[in-house]
Amino acid sequence: MSEFFAMGGYAVYVWSAWGLTVIVMTLNLILPLRQFRKLRREQEK
Amino acid sequence: MSLITETWHKLSSAKHFYPMAGVLLPWLLIPALLMLAWASWQGLVVAPSDYQQGDSYRIIYVHVPSAWLSMMAYMVMAINGAVYLIWKIKLADIVAAAAAPIGASFTFLALATGSLWGKPMWGAWWVWDARLTSELVLLFLYLGTIALRAAIDDRQQAGRAAGLLGLIGVINVPIIHFSVEWWETLHQPATVSKFAAPSMHPSMLVPLLVMAAGFTLYFFAVLLIKIRAGILEQERHSRWLATLYADGEASGARLTPAQPPAKQNNEEARDE
Repeated sequence: MSEFFAMGGYAVYVWSAWGLTVIVMTLNLILPLRQFRKLRREQEK
Repeated sequence: MSLITETWHKLSSAKHFYPMAGVLLPWLLIPALLMLAWASWQGLVVAPSDYQQGDSYRIIYVHVPSAWLSMMAYMVMAINGAVYLIWKIKLADIVAAAAAPIGASFTFLALATGSLWGKPMWGAWWVWDARLTSELVLLFLYLGTIALRAAIDDRQQAGRAAGLLGLIGVINVPIIHFSVEWWETLHQPATVSKFAAPSMHPSMLVPLLVMAAGFTLYFFAVLLIKIRAGILEQERHSRWLATLYADGEASGARLTPAQPPAKQNNEEARDE
């Protein structure tokens, strides 16, 4: 298991790249969804 | 009206596109999430280490799909910008505006993950190499269209200016693609090519292709959400939206609003 996280000595690079991707991709979904829901609520008033 | 013109009319009308996008959305998003999860597991755990690059090559699974999507999103933006310039279809402008920030975020990811891969493999976070420089230009083109939209108050003029800049910037896309062949670069040439036998073992290649497909579906899912938000913003005073949300049928957490009753539909048709 620790071998998996060590990534053959490249842990910093591999996990930074993947972590950054997960963060950006998640924000890409959540921010537009929140904006859409806010606009829809205004429409429903 | 022939089927083609009718389909075109419906696709280009916000009123028809809005509910269609809502229906389509889960069919893109759910497969996208499944593909991303499967490919992540395969790419991080199952695929073997590279004989030259060790485990650092696993960055490819986030780097290459980001780079592909940075160019595809640009084409979506530029084509819709052109459609708006030529035919003045409002929905095309909404699509172009929606694609820009997503594309910019993928471009940022391609650059950042590339940098994180370049440091251990090339010994440098950044080099002014043709591939890296043209990808950086792509980021500036995205930021340029976003800034133009923000700077110009009139929606029509903003759309035209952003569309024009996007269209001029299309020339950069083939430059990015062919940069590794045209110039001596540090960046390695494409690992996956349509024309040559792939230089990757299937155990590494299949997760990459699934990841790329997952990124693509995810991009279009997010694009649909942003288009729907864009339509809500631009058409907020229109009657069809008021009718759609009038009876509270579409309240709650549902992404897909219920269709308005048929009778009200006819009334709207006369409005147009």
